[in-house]
Amino acid sequence: MDVFLQTLVAGVLKGGLYALIGIGMTLIMGVMGIINLAHGQLMMLAMYVTFVLNTMGVDPYFSLFVAMPLLFLLGVGLQKFLLNPLIKADTILPENQVLMTVGIGMALTEIVRFGFTSDYKYITTTYSNETFFLGKISFSMALTIAFGIAIAFTVAMFFFLIKTDLGRSIRATAQDKDAATLMGVNTGRITVITFGLGSALVAAAGCLLAPVYYIFPDLGGPFTAKAFIITILGGLGSTVGAIFGGVTLGLAESMGATYFGMEYEDIIGLTIFVLVLLFLPGGFKRLTKV
Amino acid sequence: MKKNLLPILLLAVLAAVPLVLQDNYYLHLLILFLMWVVIGSAWNLIAGYTGQVSFGDAAFFGCGAYTAGLLATHFGVSTWWGLALGGFTAVAVGLPFGWICFRMRGAYFALATLALNEVLRHGATIAEGFTGGMVGILIMPSFVSKIPYYYIALALAAASLASLQWVVRSKPGYYFVSIREDQDAAESLGIDTHLYKMLSLAYAAFWTGMAGALYMNYMGFIDPHVVFNLHDISIMAILVGIVGGVGTVYGPAVGAFVMVTVQEMFRSGFFGLFKWLGAVSGSDSLVRVAAVLTQAHVLGFGLLVVVVILFLPNGIVGDWPKIRKRVFRLDAGA
Repeated sequence: MDVFLQTLVAGVLKGGLYALIGIGMTLIMGVMGIINLAHGQLMMLAMYVTFVLNTMGVDPYFSLFVAMPLLFLLGVGLQKFLLNPLIKADTILPENQVLMTVGIGMALTEIVRFGFTSDYKYITTTYSNETFFLGKISFSMALTIAFGIAIAFTVAMFFFLIKTDLGRSIRATAQDKDAATLMGVNTGRITVITFGLGSALVAAAGCLLAPVYYIFPDLGGPFTAKAFIITILGGLGSTVGAIFGGVTLGLAESMGATYFGMEYEDIIGLTIFVLVLLFLPGGFKRLTKV
Repeated sequence: MKKNLLPILLLAVLAAVPLVLQDNYYLHLLILFLMWVVIGSAWNLIAGYTGQVSFGDAAFFGCGAYTAGLLATHFGVSTWWGLALGGFTAVAVGLPFGWICFRMRGAYFALATLALNEVLRHGATIAEGFTGGMVGILIMPSFVSKIPYYYIALALAAASLASLQWVVRSKPGYYFVSIREDQDAAESLGIDTHLYKMLSLAYAAFWTGMAGALYMNYMGFIDPHVVFNLHDISIMAILVGIVGGVGTVYGPAVGAFVMVTVQEMFRSGFFGLFKWLGAVSGSDSLVRVAAVLTQAHVLGFGLLVVVVILFLPNGIVGDWPKIRKRVFRLDAGA
């Protein structure tokens, strides 16, 4: 029973971070219909920003305030100069935008590899290895803080999308781009802002993950994969779905690692991904309608 | 006949190459080029003609390669049997996958192919008893010289191009294009889109599997990270198709040539040009540039993707009129 509870806790804590990664992706996918295959790489970049700041003595959680605006600007730039021009281009395959993000991801990884080599870096803080206990269940201090911040961001994002004017414009663009344009929404600007927001959110996830994870250039790929598994699980463009998706993936991974073996961790995620695509296209969004 | 004159002429030239060029290095590059022609044109049928973009070509490539390798390690037969069976194994993996996943459209299908490749890669890594896991499979190559491999690769490339041309000019070929252009319209005209998408996938899987089997025979070593590699196989296949020209018969051949050249240019530091220049002029900075360039080949790849998609979205062959106009200031000849 203790093992089960411990696995459950570990899965949920991990799931909180995954949710934050997933929200950025779900926004981008929902609004623009682009699968952003550079998502994990953007997170990797944020982790390196955190790392550099940490060598100057800045706490990883404070580097949120630097990494998020930086990545926001980068996202805005990518969308404006690389992705938006593709919409107008006359091509046979509509998937050119996806390929573009693959190219961006490769370039980001390699640029970072130039600057920092492939070596594993890590950030040590006073709380990196600290744990506290509730009953017999141990909680990692850093992961718990990260979980709290991640949930805060997610809730903030949810209310931003529901209540504010800009949030409403974003949702309108996601639902029907042409109709939104007709209603006076500057959809070009909205896509740029959305990509920026998505990048900033994943940057936050990167900062939170940095104290408890290794940092290396190739880290992006697996996290991109996780991000879209979460997005598919949760449903496109759904913040609540992303939370469910993130926690589900976190739980599935930790359960799989405990009861099947560590090496099956990734396969379990991918299997869920394919199953959801087949039997619940639209993800949890379909069940909750939010 | 006149239309096919150029390809036949090229084939004749390529067939004569080993008579003149005995250098192993260039033969190796040419074999890689021919292998990529096979993979690229297979990708082009499923993605360029049928419009179902596959991000998981490595899955079929790996299936072919592992068929050859496993036959040799478990049954002790020659790996050349893989060349006969590799394509069919890839089809055997591809058809059930397609039957399930062709319910999804566009980008979702692309993601499913990505997942297929990941599952196979992890599977091959975990099943150590069967596949050897990360240790991989090592075989003794049958020939010391590269010339036999060259002719086999050339035969494969020629056969795959000929079959592609035959397929796209046949009735199913037109059905494929109609699915790409508008799946719903195609369906309402009575085309069994699910069936034809599966046919297209089977074709692509077959040729990619053949290329995989060739790779096993030629390279003599495979492991899950080499053959089920997202960047080096799947993305490279897409690049070959896109750079050359999506939805054109000879596009991938051009793309394969460009991509193998670019890859090698970076890997060898522009064929040792900078190193040579550095040695001649005695400047250290040029040598350093050479060292940096050889590390930058993936970066170069990434940037190439960005540039090609931005400026030549239909590839060299597809945008040829545009290139002629811009670069040579010639009119496309209305």
